[in-house]
Amino acid sequence: MKYVDEFRDPAKAEALARDIPRLVARIPRARHRPLQIMEVCGGHTHTIFRYGIQQMLPDAVEYVHGPGCPVCVLPMGRVDDCVTLAERPEVIFTTFGDAMRVPGSRKSLLKAKADGADVRMVYSPLDALALARRHPDREVIFFGLGFETTMPSTAMTLIQARRQGIRNFSLFCNHITIIPTIKAMLDSPELTLDGFLGPGHVSMVIGTRPYAFIAGHYGKPITIAGFEPLDVLQSTWMVLRQLAEGRREVENQYGRIVPEAGNSKALAAIREVYELREFFEWRGLGSIDHSGVRIRADYAEYDAERKFAVPNIKIADPKSCQCGEVLKGVIKPRECKVFGTACTPETPLGSLMVSTEGACAAYYNYGRIDTRVPADAPA
Amino acid sequence: MCLGIPGRIVAVIDEADSLAMVEVGGVRRPINISFITSEDHPAHSCIGDWVLVHVGFAMSRIDEDEAASTLAILQEMEDMRAEMEAMQQSALP
Ligand code: SF4
Repeated sequence: MKYVDEFRDPAKAEALARDIPRLVARIPRARHRPLQIMEVCGGHTHTIFRYGIQQMLPDAVEYVHGPGCPVCVLPMGRVDDCVTLAERPEVIFTTFGDAMRVPGSRKSLLKAKADGADVRMVYSPLDALALARRHPDREVIFFGLGFETTMPSTAMTLIQARRQGIRNFSLFCNHITIIPTIKAMLDSPELTLDGFLGPGHVSMVIGTRPYAFIAGHYGKPITIAGFEPLDVLQSTWMVLRQLAEGRREVENQYGRIVPEAGNSKALAAIREVYELREFFEWRGLGSIDHSGVRIRADYAEYDAERKFAVPNIKIADPKSCQCGEVLKGVIKPRECKVFGTACTPETPLGSLMVSTEGACAAYYNYGRIDTRVPADAPA
Repeated sequence: MCLGIPGRIVAVIDEADSLAMVEVGGVRRPINISFITSEDHPAHSCIGDWVLVHVGFAMSRIDEDEAASTLAILQEMEDMRAEMEAMQQSALP
């Protein structure tokens, strides 16, 4: 596929990987402890594991898997709210596939569906709107989640619903916003990050300028990165080059998709429909100020939270879960007490085990290959 | 969740609704292109454009020159690597 295959060329990956130790040798800090680079976005986590990128790097460089998998940070109480909404007889509850298996305190949406609730997986919020058009006697709710990448699409869907006069459609808004999240990570005393891979697709919407504080105020390099293996590797190389040269800047490796100014029409749609919440609850991370958005009063009739009584209960994660520590990079997934035993992709306890972008699922699916197999081992 | 796939706009379905047919990895699908159209770039002028598709919307027009320059930098590194290897080998007695 064009714009995909070229960015998977192993020869180029090898050239990049072999140049990395040269950069690392010029970074004094790397002599005392491994350099930690956080990939904020779950899409990068997935690429890193799928293509074994960590194994291509010297021991002195390690990835810390950040909080950028919206499914993974969804609190249990929110899943319960979804199930409550989905169980209403008049409701068709629609969502992206990833959200179906996230465990709630009672059940997941998948289980609710098996128990008779009308839960449907859709590819696009526009498909949910089309369902509302086809079923005027039902109430169609779309479960909107994701960062700024997805926010414009759900916003535009509400704008269209209003323009077309569709009344039986609403959005259960659980969107989260990236900048306060990164800031919370940087303010966390447990973290010792040396640099960031910036989320490529969030950035095609918000542009590269909102990250300036990371380089300026916090003095950390960041490179906005694409999602193919060469993108991730080149971006890592760029962060290391900044560290080696003593620069702290916002660099953009993903120029083919990310314009400096972002997408003004997408930003306008976000501004028209959403406003910041004072705080938003994250699974494992607790409450983060201004990290979520809600629907503006102007679009109240399309807001599922206003239209239906959403219980909005807070439910603590099971005690055995250590998702929060994994999300902050304090422990590796394998160090969680229930990893691979009580918690597996088939029976996830925590949401990091659910999505293929979750660090625990990635470790489980790709991370267990022992690379030290002796050469004479049977194939 | 935040993944996107490159696709090519092959036809405009409904200019008023900003709906276009986009070919993504051999599959054709109606995609909303309102975020990448403007007065300078009306829908019908977008046919043939490569875009990044995410949850039913074209979110960014792919910049061909930027893609080429990223690849050129990578190619340069690969060439340099090959040259250095050749040099090291010829230096052997
Ligand atoms: S193994 Fe399961 S419970 Fe433990 S951190 Fe990962 S997802 Fe959470």
